[in-house]
Amino acid sequence: MSELALHIPNGIIGIPTSLVFGLIAAIVVGVCVVAARRGLDERLVPLAGLATAFIFAAQMLNFPVAAGVSGHLLGGALAAALLGPWLGVLCVTVVIGVQALLFADGGVTALGMNVVNMAVISTFVAYGVIALALKILGRTRTGLTAAVFAASVAGVVAASAGFVLEFAIGGEAPQSLGEVAGAILSVHVLIGVGEGLITAVAVTAVALTRPDLVYALRGSRLLGTSLEKETV
Amino acid sequence: MNGAEGLYRPGTSPLHRSAPQAKLTALVALTFAVVATPREAVWAFGVYAVLLAALFALARVPIGWIASRSLIEAPFLLLALAFPFLAGGETIQWGFLELSVEGLWAGWNLIAKATLGVWAALLLAATTPVAGLLAGLSRLRCPQILLQITAFAIRYAHLTAAEVAQMRRARLARLDDPRFLWQAGALARSLGVVFIRSFERGERVWQAMAARGYTGRLPLDVSPAGAGLGQWSAAMAAPALAAGVAVWTAVGA
Repeated sequence: MSELALHIPNGIIGIPTSLVFGLIAAIVVGVCVVAARRGLDERLVPLAGLATAFIFAAQMLNFPVAAGVSGHLLGGALAAALLGPWLGVLCVTVVIGVQALLFADGGVTALGMNVVNMAVISTFVAYGVIALALKILGRTRTGLTAAVFAASVAGVVAASAGFVLEFAIGGEAPQSLGEVAGAILSVHVLIGVGEGLITAVAVTAVALTRPDLVYALRGSRLLGTSLEKETV
Repeated sequence: MNGAEGLYRPGTSPLHRSAPQAKLTALVALTFAVVATPREAVWAFGVYAVLLAALFALARVPIGWIASRSLIEAPFLLLALAFPFLAGGETIQWGFLELSVEGLWAGWNLIAKATLGVWAALLLAATTPVAGLLAGLSRLRCPQILLQITAFAIRYAHLTAAEVAQMRRARLARLDDPRFLWQAGALARSLGVVFIRSFERGERVWQAMAARGYTGRLPLDVSPAGAGLGQWSAAMAAPALAAGVAVWTAVGA
């Protein structure tokens, strides 16, 4: 679960494309600030700050997958399920910005594209899938787990599809688009499955103890869970 | 990761004393100049590397530190090494290997630009404390709300990280044997617990702030002193040189 196509560095996508995506990122993040403030007003800064600290911690959970390969979460679906799309985008954006400026992870010229892929596309797609799947599957424990799992896979794959799109517009490498798309999308389906398993269990664990904190459930508790279970 | 201070290395060099807003602008300008340089102008990338090396020396950042932090781009270096074998077109023989010329150029392009970008970002991170960076971004008119969220996130990140480490230690002490995929369940459930604790801490922090009269705006004086012309011109010297080289190569090529 390394982040192969994510955290785009400098020099893989041309400057005009980078600037266009930088502009898109700035506009979407601006909209998210307004929308998140409507929901939280003056609580926004402390709550979003702590939620972002949590996403940091989630990304820091490096765990060995196989010899020499360790993985960590990307967190888009996690943020979408627990915090909702607006706050989720803000938190993941802050994480990406900090990683680029404080830890040199991801190119400065690619900041806009990284935000669009990992924060905007991944979070919005994941939230859309959760909302839809919860309607179809019902607000049960299994329903939530399945919805979050599907959302994580969709979110990760959509983020990598964002990279493929940017590469198609302004790529500075020789491979044909088909090869790039095939390789990247197939790798990210695998990454998405791993991410999905962990995110689904984590969100379900939160839903069983504090369903009010799961944005995707909008305050209602899961059907079929007794109060006894909730207070465990 | 040391959540509270990033990669900052305390020091008193001219780079440490330089105004953060000027350094941020210089980083962006330098990076764009590097990316805009045509890949065939190999000597230009040499000039950039020497320039950055001189600045690292000026800031007294050891080479080993730079090398180990540069590993962050390792996945992309692997990708760059794969280009010569994957790309088609004209090929050259190198020993028993048949390499694509176009692929070699593309790999070089990615390695050179990504590495120089990482070095430039490391230079900023090594010489600027987190508070200074936020203050510099604020001078550059980055939206306050994002900066405040970032400040809170960085302030509390080490606490959340410590909580994760503590839970892992507690599991190990109770004879858990985290391996391969079997650890995923326990890991995910502790993640859920950390989220609940973080969110509850956020609510407590907000209540404490509200009790002290917080109404949605921080009364902090986060905007730092402005930088004078001298500060700006000193900081912009390196990117100006790089931009000159980039223009030279673009026109000449």
